[in-house]
Amino acid sequence: MENRPLEYDYTVAKMFMFTTIALGIVGMLIGVILAFELAYPGLNSILGSGLAEYTNFGRLRPLHTDSVIFGFVISGVFASWYYIGQRVLKVSMAESKFLMFIGKLQFWLYVIGVVAVVVSLFMGYTTSKEYAEFEWPIDIAIVIVWVLWGVSIFGLIGIRREKSLYISIWYYIASFLGVAMLYLFNNMEIPTYFASGGYGDIMHSVSMYAGTNDALVQWWYAHNAVAFVLTVPIIAMIYYFLPKESGQAIYSYKLSLLSFWGLMFVYLWAGGHHLLYSTVPDWVQTMGSVFSVILILPSWGSAINMLLTMKGEWQQVAASPLIKFMILGSTFYMFSTLEGPIQAIKSVNAIAHFTDWIIGHVHDGALGWVGFMVMAALYHMAPRVFKRELYSKSIMITQFWIQTLGIVLYFTSMWIAGITQGMMWRAHDEFGNLAYSFIDTVTVLHPYYAIRGVGGLLYLVGFLMFAYNIYKTMSARPVEEYELQNASPMGA
Amino acid sequence: MHRLWAHKEKDYNMFHWLEKHPFFFAVGVFLTVAFAGLVTIIPNFTQASRPIIGTAPYSTLELAGRQIYIKNSCNGCHSQLIRPFKSETDRYGHYSLSGEYAYDRPFLWGSKRTGPDLMRVGNYRTTDWHENHMKAPAEVVPGSIMPAYTWMFTNKADIDTAYAEQVTVAKVFSTPYNKPVPMKDGSTKIVKMGSSVEEARGMALAEAKVIAADMKDQDVKDAIAKGNIPEIVALIAYLNSLK
Repeated sequence: MENRPLEYDYTVAKMFMFTTIALGIVGMLIGVILAFELAYPGLNSILGSGLAEYTNFGRLRPLHTDSVIFGFVISGVFASWYYIGQRVLKVSMAESKFLMFIGKLQFWLYVIGVVAVVVSLFMGYTTSKEYAEFEWPIDIAIVIVWVLWGVSIFGLIGIRREKSLYISIWYYIASFLGVAMLYLFNNMEIPTYFASGGYGDIMHSVSMYAGTNDALVQWWYAHNAVAFVLTVPIIAMIYYFLPKESGQAIYSYKLSLLSFWGLMFVYLWAGGHHLLYSTVPDWVQTMGSVFSVILILPSWGSAINMLLTMKGEWQQVAASPLIKFMILGSTFYMFSTLEGPIQAIKSVNAIAHFTDWIIGHVHDGALGWVGFMVMAALYHMAPRVFKRELYSKSIMITQFWIQTLGIVLYFTSMWIAGITQGMMWRAHDEFGNLAYSFIDTVTVLHPYYAIRGVGGLLYLVGFLMFAYNIYKTMSARPVEEYELQNASPMGA
Repeated sequence: MHRLWAHKEKDYNMFHWLEKHPFFFAVGVFLTVAFAGLVTIIPNFTQASRPIIGTAPYSTLELAGRQIYIKNSCNGCHSQLIRPFKSETDRYGHYSLSGEYAYDRPFLWGSKRTGPDLMRVGNYRTTDWHENHMKAPAEVVPGSIMPAYTWMFTNKADIDTAYAEQVTVAKVFSTPYNKPVPMKDGSTKIVKMGSSVEEARGMALAEAKVIAADMKDQDVKDAIAKGNIPEIVALIAYLNSLK
């Protein structure tokens, strides 16, 4: 084995790369349909009134959020783990038959879970809790998939050669533990069929918590699902892929430490900002607001660490579309983690809550930060996994600008829509009566809903270009080098 | 060796130790992460779930309607949380109180108001308004972007599952079915739960007949006459109970 690097085994990474792309297309396509349903309500029965039960906004909405979060993003996280894990721990999956088996089992159970989720949500089986809509049998399947991932993480760590855990591994461990805790507690539910002695639908369950408590637990979960699914493992990715692709060392270890432990401690307090002016205790609301503002520090710590990693090498941002994705991704992360705390200030929240501004905020994070970073990860992995150069650099560049335009249209239209509606709801005339009926505040949003739909459509078009580019990469020119260093090879 | 970061080794001994000991690292992360949840959720837990006077559990038909509300993700576009602002109390009624949600499993506050709040919709909308509106929203409210829910007029409501939920919450959480519940005017109200699923079906049908009497749809009336309860009737029973 003299100086040759280890031969890593990317079988499982490859499998999850395919589901990342497939579920990304599904989730984003449904998102675009939903966007246009709000602008043009006739589309709710796009497949005829007989099928309207399955194509209307309400039924499709959880399918959009869940297929993007738990399909596209989680697949991307798993794919990146089965790629990065081996490389930073300096051990190949091929060295352990057991871990290889666990990885494949995890993948196939995951696929079965996805099918069960899609079918059951279409049928209307939902607990109603956002991003935790799945009924109890699927929850059990999800827990098993998650435990298998834990076995994979700690199994690989157990046989590692590199004794010190690289930053990415910290974040993967945190993601595993955080989601496990949140998911278990938020999905405490009692299957009514068994508890009642055999009545009704076997899929149905009832929450262990009632009313205000249920809301508190749910938003502790949902806010931190954003943390441990859409932030923490994505940071794991960028801490590996940005230095790798650019050939630059991470700017500051100290900043990594501060950001990691800061994020771990602060994030969990901030869930209360979803419940401002609700019936949860006032002090919980205040803590939610205060910690949301503090959260800027660890969030910006990571993002600034990424930007400064490019110090002296900014020409790479101009030269490489892959670096562009990661740097704009970090920038959107900063943007989104500043916007969030602003919305968490009570007086701002009084206007923003329940409006489209929140939807806009979610999407500048999801499209700009998470989406860009997951695609960048796949772009970086593809040449190494398939041993081919990336099919087309020009497609990447075009895709980058189309999607960036899409995101800008998305969040600007939702800003205007949200603030307009929030202001109209509270407007009183000179006699102290409400100035607008509710429907006035709906019809005024039409142009912004249409613009948002176009923005989403552009992003989807870019994603299809990405899928095509990866697909063509699989048959592109073979890479000569034995083990690629740094910048990914790209065809014209 | 990875050269992905550059720093002086000796400065961070504790963290370097943790990074070489995955078990203790994981324990440290877990404690840091779990702390906030314990502090924010536990202290008010028992207090927040106490019902206030005037709050009663849902009847079988209302609960079946609530399940239909959830099945169609009505909560995706409608909130059930009135915030303590003049603009909201003017529009929707008294601001929400924690105890009013004591029997809501799950809570249905929602996070987006694409349509108006429904926390007290039973105070200002009627059965026939809902019937017309659910069939063709834009005809009742010009400019409405809400889709029509025509299938609810033909799909059958699942009374058995609603009954199963009643039995479950009565057993596990001591939800006061068949027990007197204090009302605001000083009286008491007893929400009955069937002692068998057959009895529950009969009680739901009796309640459904009262609602269907205020409706025009012939299919609904025919279904009720045959002893079947369409989803729309259960849903309206639930919406009317929101006060």
